[in-house]
Amino acid sequence: MGVEQKTGNMGVVTTTLEQVVNWSRTNSMWPMLFGLACCAIEMMGAEGARYDMSRFGMELMRASPRQSDLMIVAGRVSRKMAPVVRRLYDQMPDPKWVIAMGDCASCGGVFNNYAVLQGVDEIIPVDVFVAGCPPRPEALIHGVMVLHDKVKKEKLTDWK
Amino acid sequence: MSEAMQKAVSAVQERFGAVVQVFKDETTLVVSADHIEDMMKTLRDEFAFTFLIDVTAVDYMPAEPRFNVIYHLYAMEKKDLLCVRVPVSSVRPQVPTVEKVFPGAAWFEREVWDMFGIRFEGHHDLRRIVMPADWEGHPLRKDYPLGYEEVQFTFNFDEIAGRKPSPKE
Amino acid sequence: MADFREVTVEELRHLVSDRAMSGETMLLNMGPQHPSTHGVLRLLLELDGEIVVNCIPDIGFLHTGVEKTIESKTYAQSEVMTDRLDYLHPLGNNLVYCLAVEKLADLDVPARAQAVRVILAELTRLSSHLIWIGTSSLDLAAMSTFLYAMREREMIMDIMEMCSGSRMMTTYIRPGGLWRDTPVEFESAVRKFIDLMPKRIDEYETLLTRNPLFLDRTRGIGVISKEECIQWGISGPVIRGSGLAYDLRKARPYSGYEQYDFDVPTQTSGDIYGRYLVRVEEMRQSVRIIRQALDKLPFGPVRSSNRKYVPPPRSEIGTSMEALIHHFKLWTEGYPVPKGSVYTAVESPRGEMGVFMESDGGPKPFRCHYRSPSFANLQIMPLLTRGHFVADVVGIIGSIDIVLGDADR
Repeated sequence: MGVEQKTGNMGVVTTTLEQVVNWSRTNSMWPMLFGLACCAIEMMGAEGARYDMSRFGMELMRASPRQSDLMIVAGRVSRKMAPVVRRLYDQMPDPKWVIAMGDCASCGGVFNNYAVLQGVDEIIPVDVFVAGCPPRPEALIHGVMVLHDKVKKEKLTDWK
Repeated sequence: MSEAMQKAVSAVQERFGAVVQVFKDETTLVVSADHIEDMMKTLRDEFAFTFLIDVTAVDYMPAEPRFNVIYHLYAMEKKDLLCVRVPVSSVRPQVPTVEKVFPGAAWFEREVWDMFGIRFEGHHDLRRIVMPADWEGHPLRKDYPLGYEEVQFTFNFDEIAGRKPSPKE
Repeated sequence: MADFREVTVEELRHLVSDRAMSGETMLLNMGPQHPSTHGVLRLLLELDGEIVVNCIPDIGFLHTGVEKTIESKTYAQSEVMTDRLDYLHPLGNNLVYCLAVEKLADLDVPARAQAVRVILAELTRLSSHLIWIGTSSLDLAAMSTFLYAMREREMIMDIMEMCSGSRMMTTYIRPGGLWRDTPVEFESAVRKFIDLMPKRIDEYETLLTRNPLFLDRTRGIGVISKEECIQWGISGPVIRGSGLAYDLRKARPYSGYEQYDFDVPTQTSGDIYGRYLVRVEEMRQSVRIIRQALDKLPFGPVRSSNRKYVPPPRSEIGTSMEALIHHFKLWTEGYPVPKGSVYTAVESPRGEMGVFMESDGGPKPFRCHYRSPSFANLQIMPLLTRGHFVADVVGIIGSIDIVLGDADR
């Protein structure tokens, strides 16, 4: 629409700045390698050949928080680990998103005691919660797609 | 009980005054804390119980003696499993370490210190292992609360949500 | 959340050498978040250039307080937590818990349940070794083995899902037998899997066993002798890689393992390569055991009929008053287990996993302690890494095969 109708098939597309930036942000979000417990094994299964996360450009798991966009908290966060999680979140550059994978990261899961944080959203802001103990790889991929939808709807004023 | 085990048990009974208990097919020796290191050395050198499987403890509050430190020993050739119990009082929870006899006991004893507060005299490095270094209290004691959070149902959802910590940022 | 206190060097001074204080050697923190620590393990390395002088492991980042929580739940409820301890071997954790309860309560287990337990335990051992071979070779930069291992593992998870509904945390093995009978497709699915597995193991061997890069990185590294293993209480492939054939399935057999014919592989080198060869051979022996168990699989009930501990089938509840009362009692207050204390152990892919359970006659366990193999095996890290390069530390952690959920509980 707009300019293309006048210039024909010249390879020009008009769109808004928001749409372009949001689209490019979703297209290869690099997750940070943050598998803590059993959910990490299902995350590794999601990266395997059957449930392929590489089709989203996400097979490259960056070990360093400075180079990643997405933190998938996979597994239970104990009280000793909580300061480490917060420090890693602070080290990630903007824009950053967090997926709390599994029941333990969302709400404490099966464990309701002195040692486990009841949900990782007590210390970092979470964008998407994925339920399951452990969630199937398909559920994790659904969570990733929900996050992509959320990012695509972001407005200029939300950007940091 | 096999023959080799019978010999070991009677020797320990004579020398260190241990009490024998048999339950299903497991043998337990109850001995006091002063003799534990010598007894471990005897069992290891003379009766071939060279493998220390486990060191743990149980809290029997309010009964006295409050704690029982439990060791499991295994003899590889004869395939015998032996359990040793040491009663420890709550007034002075201390036991000599067996780290010099079995080096593998080091971390198990640290865990018992962390979880129960039982000191091991002579241990080279007694500090917390699974809890954070500045944690107060010994979690597996019976008078330590479980620390659970009340479950949020619809009737108390807002009340608990107000109390839950959340990040400011 | 910012007011936490870190462990300072002052407190660890007695563990590091004097050269660290003057700055001659460097203290490097290989932190809890690291691509190759197989979980959240923190290693404090004291380095002289690139050579490791000392290595101090710091665990506890996955401490879940399972032992305390088990004391406040009934026997049936707390079995759910046990799956999540050694999360690569969930059925093994269930099995050792059930063996302890059955020993305390004198429960009988029917023959079909024993055989299916063996099949599932060996399948779980295979899936754990597949993850081990995938991740430890990924650490040594051989990426294709990881993708191949995941492919086989998906087949095992399909079998688990077919039996119990869940891919990993199944809680399928319950005191008295199994939760319910295996479905009709179970035997053919397992047979299909074990028919193609030996060729796949050959594929992994083609990729790694004679690979000069792999040999360079694993031969002569992380050596431990048989005597040191016994002194430190090490079990599992680590002690079998050093020459002693200690396998609980042969030494203190459980669940009918004495009926099956299998070898216990050993190597004498005691290095990473020896442990690798032991585990690959164990995978082949697991396939052998599954084949024998499947050929001899008897018909019959899969759960004990002792209604004091095992719930009645749903069909009986409508017609029999006792069944209804048993069902009610079991679900509201749980089953009281007789007084006593037992220690039972199982051969997990990591070593000897044992449960020390003490009961005071009530419906909740009085004390349930897990003797975890990863906790015991991690103590020898300083011994193994002394004198090697930093790059070897990664290979050594992979060869001991630790799971932090097991070590921290």
